[in-house]
Amino acid sequence: MPEITQRRSLLWRAPLPRSYVDFVGLKVLRFILTIQGLGAFALITLAVMITKFGTSRRVTMPMIRAHLARSGVRLFAMTMFVSVALGLIIIGQTVSLLERVNADQFLGTVMVSVVVRELGPLLTALIVLSRTGAANVIELGTARALGEVEALEALGIDPIHYLVVPRVIGMALGIFSLTIYLIIGALLSGYMWAFLQDVPLTPGEYFSQLTRSLNVTDFVVLASKSLLFGATIAVVTCYHGLAQPLRLEEVSGATVRAVAQSVIFCMLLDALFIVIYLVA
Amino acid sequence: MSAEIIFQLTDVTVPSRRDAERAVVEAVNWEVHKGEFWIVGGLQGSGKSDLVFMLAGLTKPLKGRYELFGQDMGEHFGDEFLPNRLRTGMVFDDSRLFSGLTIAENVSLPVRYHQNLAVEESASWLTALLKETEIVEFADDMPSSVPRNWRVRIALARALALRPEVLFVENALRGVDTRHAAWWVAFIKKLWAGHPLMAGKPMTIVASTDEFRPWRNCGAQFAELEGRKFLTHGETAPADDEEHMMTAGEET
Repeated sequence: MPEITQRRSLLWRAPLPRSYVDFVGLKVLRFILTIQGLGAFALITLAVMITKFGTSRRVTMPMIRAHLARSGVRLFAMTMFVSVALGLIIIGQTVSLLERVNADQFLGTVMVSVVVRELGPLLTALIVLSRTGAANVIELGTARALGEVEALEALGIDPIHYLVVPRVIGMALGIFSLTIYLIIGALLSGYMWAFLQDVPLTPGEYFSQLTRSLNVTDFVVLASKSLLFGATIAVVTCYHGLAQPLRLEEVSGATVRAVAQSVIFCMLLDALFIVIYLVA
Repeated sequence: MSAEIIFQLTDVTVPSRRDAERAVVEAVNWEVHKGEFWIVGGLQGSGKSDLVFMLAGLTKPLKGRYELFGQDMGEHFGDEFLPNRLRTGMVFDDSRLFSGLTIAENVSLPVRYHQNLAVEESASWLTALLKETEIVEFADDMPSSVPRNWRVRIALARALALRPEVLFVENALRGVDTRHAAWWVAFIKKLWAGHPLMAGKPMTIVASTDEFRPWRNCGAQFAELEGRKFLTHGETAPADDEEHMMTAGEET
């Protein structure tokens, strides 16, 4: 054991081997290439959404509804469970703290800051990512590996229009709708937990605290954020499933990359919205 | 007056469909006219599928000029090719059915997508396609539950859904039993002559194959891929590889 410790210590004191620099450089280059690829894919998707807006509506509309159901309706129960738990966690942690400083009147403000502005959209995005985003990569990656994308091209069907656009719209609307339900659920369950903890707060006072803390910017940021989270997750997962030739054995790796990158991009977007909110 | 040229290859180098930078067949000079029926044979790995992929506009020629319906396929490869793409149909040897759709949905998808039809609006055409290709019983099944012999037929029905003028068939007889092989040869002949399903209009057909034997005496013209070269044989089918070997054995 001492020998191992000594070796570790030497390793930390040793100059960074060239291979580490290569390793980091490779990772950075890959990251830049991914950003470039994702950017191009997102722009192509946007262009297809605009140029083929009314094309084949009788085929694409049922698909959009199906993806909305998959990224929204079917995740409703799980979202409600998370919302109730979220209300409990926040109230449980906050009530004792606010009581200590005699600031019960800020309970509603805390709920708005934490649930409406931050955790609501982010948690919903993570729920949808884990349930539907990962499935997206597997489905599209498998379709790509089995040559279904070439079959679409041979039939003159634009794979972006047929496979990506319904997912982007469905997921954006799904996350937007679920975020609203999650926030409502968390705010209501928050009061319920506060009531159970004997916080001297009437429903009227609680909801007036909430309304006083909310402003128009909150609604605009909430809507933009949840829609963008949905679109981002859909674009990242579709990109990893579709944009490059895949073999079947590479689908699992692509899924892991897509999920990790979706989380990173959602966090970056969230940080950007904090800046926008502070400036606004 | 000679028939309209459907496609023309001038000194074309065909790329691999898996690696677009790698050449598999070189110096292809070939002209196919309206109403012609070609069988392109060759051993596995000779580049038959790569050639059919390129002819169907799924890959670009590495070198040379490929014109389909007078359009240079080296330059036009995006949406501008769409009107001409809809005049062609492609049958993949591994069928490439959409795994998330039922057989009926697979077959009706192209016509529904391009003509913006609801399911019920495409029902009569779908029924006709399923009946003619004898796959009605699989209509509500998912592709994974259908045997391979039938899946390639479903791919044929899907390729015919838009009533194409030209049909590219990638090695449809690979791995199918003799009953299905006989059905394929007869059906392709009917399509070439003018099938009622296609309003009696004769089709131009290019089919690839591992062996020429099933396609003999069906009126087709034959071409062969050998040693990265493309050789045409006219209406005389070249000997299959095992026949070559048998002949060589007799000579010795």
